[in-house]
Amino acid sequence: MSTVTAPRRRSRLGWNLLGLLVFVTAGFPVYWMLNTAFKPAADAIDPDPSLLPTGLTLSNFGRALDIADFWGPVGRSLIVSLAVVVIGMAVGLLAALAISRFAFRGRKIVIVGILAVQMVPLVAMIIPVFLLLNDLGQYDRLTGLIITYLTFILPFTVWTLRGFIVNIPRELEEAAMVDGCSRTSAFIRVVFPLLAPGMVATSVYGFIQAWNEYLYALMLLSQKNQTATVWLGNFTTKHGTEYAPMMAGSTMMAVPIVVLFLLVQRKMAAGLTAGAVKG
Amino acid sequence: MSADTTTPAKVPPPRQAPPPPPVGEKPSPGRPSAGAGTPWLLLAPCLGILALVLGYPLVRLVTLSFQKFGQSQLWGFQPAESVGFDNFTKVLGDSEFWAVVVRTVVFAAGCVIFTMVAGMLIALLLQRVSGWVKILVNIALVASWGMPIIVATTVFKWLFDADYGILNALLSRLPGVEMIGHNWFASGPQGLAVIMLLVVWGAVPFVVITLSAGLTQVPKEMEEAARLDGAGAWGVFRYVTLPILKPIIVMLTTLSVIWDMGVFPQVFVMRNGHPEAEFQLLTTYSYDRAFVVNDYAQGSAIALLTVVLLLGVVAVYMRQMLKIGDVE
Repeated sequence: MSTVTAPRRRSRLGWNLLGLLVFVTAGFPVYWMLNTAFKPAADAIDPDPSLLPTGLTLSNFGRALDIADFWGPVGRSLIVSLAVVVIGMAVGLLAALAISRFAFRGRKIVIVGILAVQMVPLVAMIIPVFLLLNDLGQYDRLTGLIITYLTFILPFTVWTLRGFIVNIPRELEEAAMVDGCSRTSAFIRVVFPLLAPGMVATSVYGFIQAWNEYLYALMLLSQKNQTATVWLGNFTTKHGTEYAPMMAGSTMMAVPIVVLFLLVQRKMAAGLTAGAVKG
Repeated sequence: MSADTTTPAKVPPPRQAPPPPPVGEKPSPGRPSAGAGTPWLLLAPCLGILALVLGYPLVRLVTLSFQKFGQSQLWGFQPAESVGFDNFTKVLGDSEFWAVVVRTVVFAAGCVIFTMVAGMLIALLLQRVSGWVKILVNIALVASWGMPIIVATTVFKWLFDADYGILNALLSRLPGVEMIGHNWFASGPQGLAVIMLLVVWGAVPFVVITLSAGLTQVPKEMEEAARLDGAGAWGVFRYVTLPILKPIIVMLTTLSVIWDMGVFPQVFVMRNGHPEAEFQLLTTYSYDRAFVVNDYAQGSAIALLTVVLLLGVVAVYMRQMLKIGDVE
């Protein structure tokens, strides 16, 4: 057994090289977006581009903001995403509590129902949703978009919050109740503080999902009401695509989201998989 | 740097649930509730909203697919009349539809297989690399995971641009290769392969991070024991790691199938909003029928058939999820 260390160390070099290859492959599209965004627009359309940064410029960002109104779509995306998250969390938390802390007849059906709902591809729903909003006079309105986004945010919120709640031992609540708390106050004083980080993570994640949605935003809003994701389409016209500003626009779209995502992703992986491995 | 703790910090370790009984479902162990109505009260707002935003459109999807519903019905010039199975017979009798079905299934299967295999390999690799390499790979993965799909699609379009794309430029630097001006989207299969690459690139991080979390739950002693019994690396993986990861793998595979069958913006944006016939997948095909041809009923019929196609997979996933729900 003592001979194991030396070959193991040597073989780690091989694994590390492979790991670096994965790093380069996975990271390259992101790198190339940033590289193009910050290089002079003329260099972007060099048929033999340099892999390393050439010159640094911010002009592509200015051009990106010129091509079409940026802050309007961003503002609309913010309103829609925040509204969806607030409604989704308020309603979803109650439902998550019900299915994770209560034993009741029909619980299983509710769980299956909420999961099944996630199976329906959004694209399949676009036609009836379009007709529904059309009938309700909500076509091309942000409220209409907010309502429809709940279709995918709500089941996701319930299921993820459930994951966080089941990770909090029931014994804590029971102990508080033995000490004289009512069920509600036991929840508020004991479970709620422990759940708060999970709720923050779920909110952020839900926000990102709503922010990133493309199809409904494209279909249910007209050009003048477009959201941030649809805004990116403005760089391709029938005269061609302005790639350097487009990459600057992509960077503006992606960086805040990726940073938010970095902050919560570990917690989310925990919530999404809670219960999937144990037992 | 470990992206692999499954329990949030500060929270005591999760209640160790008893292993699920092999067959037969045990009623969930919750204690007798205060009032039987409480859970339903808590559920009411959620179920209400879902009924409105999902239930109603779903019902409408079904009724719509049995109606004649085009431009004039949309504007209310003509009432929508029932046409029985007409839409379905028309769709099912169309050879183009079947070509789309086959293309979609092949495309989704390719995406799922590549995603799962690459994800598993990278998760296993991450267990063997040094800490700093692990950090680098995690950063790249999280960055690509967090990228909005629409941004990722835009970036890939740029990477694969015929005249100025970096990929053609890099390939052309190889001796004897001249790729500048090569249009990756001139043919359907090649273009869809590029789109598959985009989908896999975006999907792998979630799989890697989830599987990494799962791998930390594999008891080291079991691996050691298997090794002492003479199992090689493959043997340990096949008989120790894989069975423990199975629930996660089933979950991930099912989710991937659902997501990859529903790929839309990637194709739509890559083809500038007008996918050619050989790029049509079930999703874009349904969209095309409804909003380009203005036959909402036929679009609905196609969407409904897509959902039905998915049901088989859903059944498997459901069983897995129910098991998880039971354990708690």
